Amino acid sequence: MSTLSDTTTPAAAETAERARRAPAPRTYRGLSDRALAWIFVTPVVVLLLAINIFPLVWNIWLSFTTYRANRPGMEVRNIGTANYERLLSQEDVWLSLQHTAHFVTWSLALQVLLGFGLAWLLNKNFRSNGIWTTMIVLPMMLSPAVVGTFWTYLFQPQIGIFNAILAPFVGSTQFSMIADAQLAPWAIVLVDTWMWTPFVMLICLAGLRSVPRDLYEAAEVDGASSWRQFYTITLPMVLPFLMLAVLFRGIENFKMFDMVVELTSGGPGSVTELANIYLKREAFEKWRTGYAAALAVILFVTVFGFANIYVKVWTKVKQR
Amino acid sequence: MSTSAHSIVEPTARVKWMAGVLVAAYALVTLIPIVWIVMTGFKSPSDSIAYPPKVIFEPTLEGYVNVFTTRSRQSAEYMAQLPPPQTWYEELVRERNMVITGPSRFADRYMNSLIIGFGATFLTVILGVMAAYAFSRFRVPLRDDLMFFILSTRMFPPVAVAIPIFLMYRELGLSDTHLGMIVLYTAVNLSLAVWLLKGFIDEIPREYEEAAMVDGYSRFQAFRKVVLPQAKAGIAATAIFSLIFSWNEYNFAILLTSGQAQTAPPFIPLIIGEGGLDWPAVSAATTLFILPVLIFTVLLRKHLLAGITFGAVRR
Repeated sequence: MSTLSDTTTPAAAETAERARRAPAPRTYRGLSDRALAWIFVTPVVVLLLAINIFPLVWNIWLSFTTYRANRPGMEVRNIGTANYERLLSQEDVWLSLQHTAHFVTWSLALQVLLGFGLAWLLNKNFRSNGIWTTMIVLPMMLSPAVVGTFWTYLFQPQIGIFNAILAPFVGSTQFSMIADAQLAPWAIVLVDTWMWTPFVMLICLAGLRSVPRDLYEAAEVDGASSWRQFYTITLPMVLPFLMLAVLFRGIENFKMFDMVVELTSGGPGSVTELANIYLKREAFEKWRTGYAAALAVILFVTVFGFANIYVKVWTKVKQR
Repeated sequence: MSTSAHSIVEPTARVKWMAGVLVAAYALVTLIPIVWIVMTGFKSPSDSIAYPPKVIFEPTLEGYVNVFTTRSRQSAEYMAQLPPPQTWYEELVRERNMVITGPSRFADRYMNSLIIGFGATFLTVILGVMAAYAFSRFRVPLRDDLMFFILSTRMFPPVAVAIPIFLMYRELGLSDTHLGMIVLYTAVNLSLAVWLLKGFIDEIPREYEEAAMVDGYSRFQAFRKVVLPQAKAGIAATAIFSLIFSWNEYNFAILLTSGQAQTAPPFIPLIIGEGGLDWPAVSAATTLFILPVLIFTVLLRKHLLAGITFGAVRR
């Protein structure tokens, strides 16, 4: 037990003190690891709580009220699920969801086809493929809003370069990709595909490069044809990567706002009015804050639900 | 063994050549819009709306002058009594019977984009590397839950938080301020930053810091002088991503900024409204805006591509 008493010399006390500290494996100068861990993690967690969780909870609360952001003094009533009921009975909402589904499905399909194809070609390791990769990647580095803006120019009837290039095939430069109700939904798919195919391509390329070479060599020894190798080795090995790219792009395109707003601003009529554009109009043009908050909750739950199911499937595919 | 010549293991020269041609064709087609916009920036207004579109034209800097100035049209008599133009850009404007009335707001918006982009990137890297280090080295309570929480904030659609953030910023006076935008973009960037940096720090052997600490460094000094230099590649990738995101962001910018803190992406589409359909000016502004990103991409391709595929490759 303690040998310390009033009569021990200072030197002895110091020795005892040192002996008491000795069981700790090492002691270093400065703050303890525990303190440093707190200091290092807290700012990030606080910031994310303030900018993500707190607004999310607030948004859920707003969705049950009659709040209007342009009338701060107004009395706010709690109206239960009335906003949700109104939303689901509104045809505009269903239409905007349909437009979103069309946009997400087709842009994903095209990007997967083109992206995988390009990655497969790039994986042939021909000379100077680094330069071509860089060139192909450029569109995805640009600001979507600015991309939307300058594509309106490229899509102009007669004077637009897009129409001029297509003229020999369609026989006219008079058509307008963004002012024609039939074509506009495809215009946004096209621009999104132009912009984001490289992303799918890069992820697929990472997948292709992760396939061990000896798998192919073994298949070669077994006399498997190229097609067979593609179906039994390449595709299953790349699938988890491809699915991940689809998840990222799917979430992003479900949230799409900037590029389409600048390209078509939801028109003509409302044929390219995606869910988020509808929401923005309700929230910040018509100022039905509570109603828009309810739509935000629905969209959020949809993305989260889909993403969760998808990730479960993805984990299964990955383990196979 | 003629079959081995056709194997996937090592493609034949002909297959390689075909693949190269197809990829090059795609690359050239995909570049047309960007090249066309850069070209349009140097066209005169009439050349920009010529039918058929002009590939060969006489270049002019009118678009660039128009981006940076505001102008007003004057009568011939007024133009005649003016002293001769002092500068080449005044001369250019006067050919259109106009005089420069002042600078446009483009330079300010561009500056805002720079301030907010670099501010958010700086903050993201500092906070991100600290949290990543803590998650990598210390026994943080609920570590896996916290890491998942941080990642999940990335899945948040901005719409689910946009309305309350708008209201919150209005209350706090952060709307249309540089600080408000820097904080917001930092929060958005952090999830990716923490995950990316943790991966890089995990790879640095702990023995390095421990040796430094035995030599009398405090844990914080070891972090600063030993770990940070080792994590340079990760920090570079994180910084590039954060910068590009903040530079390109539009959804929050259009909601939360309108005047003094407005960035370039919400501003560029407005140039159309100001000067009729001034396509050369829009194209000039676009060119100036995308130029840094294009240069970045070409110069820092390795870091950038590592960052993009990171999530797929490492996790």
